[in-house]
Amino acid sequence: MHAAVIVFPGSNCDRDMAVAFEAAGARVSMIWHKDTTLPEGVDVVGIPGGFSFGDYLRCGAIAANSPICRSVKAHAEAGGYVLGICNGFQVLTETGLLPGVLLRNAKLKYICKPIELKVETSQTAFTSGYQAGQQVTMAIAHHDGNYHADDATIATLRDEDRIAFSYLDNPNGSKGDIAGIVSSNRRVLGMMPHPERMADPAHGGTDGAVLFDGLVRTLVHA
Amino acid sequence: MKARVHVMLKAGVLDPQGEAVRHALGQLGFAGVESVRQGKVIELDLAETDRGRAEAAVREMCEKLLANTVIESYSVELA
Repeated sequence: MHAAVIVFPGSNCDRDMAVAFEAAGARVSMIWHKDTTLPEGVDVVGIPGGFSFGDYLRCGAIAANSPICRSVKAHAEAGGYVLGICNGFQVLTETGLLPGVLLRNAKLKYICKPIELKVETSQTAFTSGYQAGQQVTMAIAHHDGNYHADDATIATLRDEDRIAFSYLDNPNGSKGDIAGIVSSNRRVLGMMPHPERMADPAHGGTDGAVLFDGLVRTLVHA
Repeated sequence: MKARVHVMLKAGVLDPQGEAVRHALGQLGFAGVESVRQGKVIELDLAETDRGRAEAAVREMCEKLLANTVIESYSVELA
């Protein structure tokens, strides 16, 4: 199982993400944003957290238009897996691979703390290691995590079982308490919480490791 | 040719920053500010000299990058 982690200027969770993928048994390539192609045979692309391009213009907007993102889009459109965490989720909405947008937190505060999530569906490769309805702890660290989409889009996400994670105690004003969603083919996941920061006992919890383990296990057997 | 792009959150999209500014204005004693919406102004210096082509190009820039049309509207002024 081969994972590619994209590195933008300002990414700061790229190595944490690589460590989490490796701990789950994946081989990892770090890919610089100016590269134009992904390595041959990549199974999953990871878009890490951070502040790509200083959050200039809008969070994720410049990264979404970088050379490598054209290849990431092609990879996703060909049925490849993509995991976007935090800034990575913002990049995925800016590319149009996921619907909606992440607005400034409703109370304008940068929030950095462990938080309780509900796993809404186990019917994705990413959440296959969890039970639907299970409560898990992950870290959040964001200023712009307030998920917004029009009511019709929210209803579609709900009807199609595409909400992966929701907040038990909504920290940022996200519509429908949404913390993470998947694409219609269920192979692109964007989420604001950081599973890679709850992936080792030294982090204070390992609920996030389950996501990487489940994903790697699914793709190895695919 | 110079172009100026105004980007604003669409009506109905909550603007917590505008709301914070409104609150601060109230605390400074400016009564009766019922709503504040905060947006962006982007100024472009273009080599293009034809107005029609310049406007078409800037609109395409807005659609592709300068605005996120899921939540933002834009207007283009040419000078």
